[in-house]
Amino acid sequence: MRFGRTPEQHAFSEALDDLLGAADVPAASRAWATGDHSAGLKLWQRLAELGVTGLLVSEENGGLSASAVDLTVAFERLGYHGVPGPWIESVAVAPRLLPGTPEGDLLARLASGEALVSVAPGKRALDADVAERTYALGATLCRAEPGAERTSVDPTRRLFEVTPGEEIATIDPAPALDLGTLACSAQLLGAGLRLLDDSVAYVKQRTQFGRPIGEFQAVKHLLADVRVALDFAAPLVHNAAVELDAGTPTAARAVSAAKVAAGDAAYLASRTALQVHGAIGYTREFDLSLWILKVRALVGAWGTPAEHRARILESLVEAR
Amino acid sequence: MSTLEFTEAEEAFRLEAREWLAANNPGRLPSMDTAEGAAAHREWERTLASGRWSVVTWPETYGGRDASLTEWVIFEEEYYLAGAPTRISQNGISLLAPIIFGHGTEAQKERYLRDMTDGTLVWAQAWSEPEAGSDLASLRATATRVEGGWKLNGQKTWSSRAPFADRGFGLFRSDPSAERHRGLTYFLFDLHTDGVTVRPIDQLDGTPGFAEIFFDDVFVPDEDVLGGVGDGWKVAMSTAGNERGLSLRSPGRFCAAAERLLDLWATDPQSHLRDQVVDAWIGAEAYRLYTWGTVAHVEAGGSVGAEGSINKLWWSELDLSLHETALSLLGADAELSGPWADDYLFSLSGPVYAGTNQIQRNIVAERVLGLPRGGR
Repeated sequence: MRFGRTPEQHAFSEALDDLLGAADVPAASRAWATGDHSAGLKLWQRLAELGVTGLLVSEENGGLSASAVDLTVAFERLGYHGVPGPWIESVAVAPRLLPGTPEGDLLARLASGEALVSVAPGKRALDADVAERTYALGATLCRAEPGAERTSVDPTRRLFEVTPGEEIATIDPAPALDLGTLACSAQLLGAGLRLLDDSVAYVKQRTQFGRPIGEFQAVKHLLADVRVALDFAAPLVHNAAVELDAGTPTAARAVSAAKVAAGDAAYLASRTALQVHGAIGYTREFDLSLWILKVRALVGAWGTPAEHRARILESLVEAR
Repeated sequence: MSTLEFTEAEEAFRLEAREWLAANNPGRLPSMDTAEGAAAHREWERTLASGRWSVVTWPETYGGRDASLTEWVIFEEEYYLAGAPTRISQNGISLLAPIIFGHGTEAQKERYLRDMTDGTLVWAQAWSEPEAGSDLASLRATATRVEGGWKLNGQKTWSSRAPFADRGFGLFRSDPSAERHRGLTYFLFDLHTDGVTVRPIDQLDGTPGFAEIFFDDVFVPDEDVLGGVGDGWKVAMSTAGNERGLSLRSPGRFCAAAERLLDLWATDPQSHLRDQVVDAWIGAEAYRLYTWGTVAHVEAGGSVGAEGSINKLWWSELDLSLHETALSLLGADAELSGPWADDYLFSLSGPVYAGTNQIQRNIVAERVLGLPRGGR
């Protein structure tokens, strides 16, 4: 296959679905939101056994030296199942950030899932309260002490103010940021797919005027548009991963395109899911809220759509 | 292109296409829906055929190169990046030919295929009727059995290319007692024969791209029945799939338009429309990558079913929004006639033809998402 996933990647995706489908992820998310990390950490360990935490860690450090495409396979499923925690930071970003720095000793424990870390690409770090170490990423890599907690629109995302502390290394942050952005795009895509699946299931069983609301053309058309948006975001995410793996000159632009498209598609999925569910979709008690709120948070994380559009344009202009 | 691995042979094919186009491409021609433009486009089809670039995926016997689907997409990318003319033979090559290959007799292949590759025979699509748009099953034009063939009666409308075409193809009701979808037969007919009246209709752009066709006891011999008598619906559905799916709108077209849009934006880089410009580029890039995914899927033995509707929704909306952005960038000059205004008017037809986008959304909802049928 020249453009698509390998049979091994399909099998990996299915294994993640089997594990996460059988676990009560929404319950773990709700506990995580209150600061009770036990169920979430148990999930972390089980995913570590499947190799998720070691994907980007080198084999000599106990990881899998896997590709960015493999990373997107995993993050799409994490997004689909709404798994809470600093996954992007620990699994996508840190393994690119820490090798060759004095913090490299952490890599083996990241790979095994024993250690979780958080990385703040800006002012705040996700889940710093559960992270063994927290880093601030700018032109240099610094240790950071978590400060005041800020409330995210997504209650499962526990955010902490950071101020850069001791400088660890002078690094080029771009490759790690691109991997974080890519993972975020895949997570958004997965969340969008879940919102669509749940909406389709709901409109088939919810009846009004004596028939399932999924028979109404107005409902059908909303959901068809979501399918279209997700189907065209997916190849951009895949392509960005392939380009990062190949180290093409346009890889950063491809990552930005993936983030914009996956964010737009997932956001459309969340708006549509809320609309077709009606008032039940607007409640916290109903699990749909977990994905609606996460999508809104991730749309602005790892670069806003405006920032990524600007980066794309800059790259296109440069290429002319 | 670096994310896609092409073989040396495919790269060589790309280079050959690029070089041939650079040497032969006449650029933009007058609209094919004018007498002058139709003649110029037929000439271009002759040139394309002489270079064997008219139907690259066809067997060599019929003027093709036996090219793979991958090579076809490569050719189309080069074609549109070169800014080569639109194809007046498109109805024949993209819509009719797959049906002739799939359902036609050897005699029909011999009689029609080669002549549509070089502009000798230009075909009009006679799909719609005054009371039947996307609802093809409600067609009323009739075919009555006579000795040696059939007599066609009734009216077709919105028939693309008909004013300057030679022949047409369409469905007629050959068994009025049968149910809606049954009793339809697919006919090929001569637009210049007795009993046929073609009345051109000016399109939104002012050119007679459509026509009404009136049939008054038009004789069609048995040899111009395509597929079996009464099988017209089945045959037509495979045509509709071609039109909505991969074969009509190659990604090269949108990538080239997005490039031109960037050029236009560069004349006013302070414009607040930059996000729309970027989105047009993203949309075209997504379409290119999606298409390569489809090519890989088909070359691995898969098929394109209702996903063709997903495809059609994307390119038609992309085409329209891309051109709307261009007109916004042009400001007050947008109302002046020119390439952007012409292409904008054409893009307006995308969500309407080949099954409206409302019909496409129903197909996606019912056949892809599995929502219940019924209830409009």
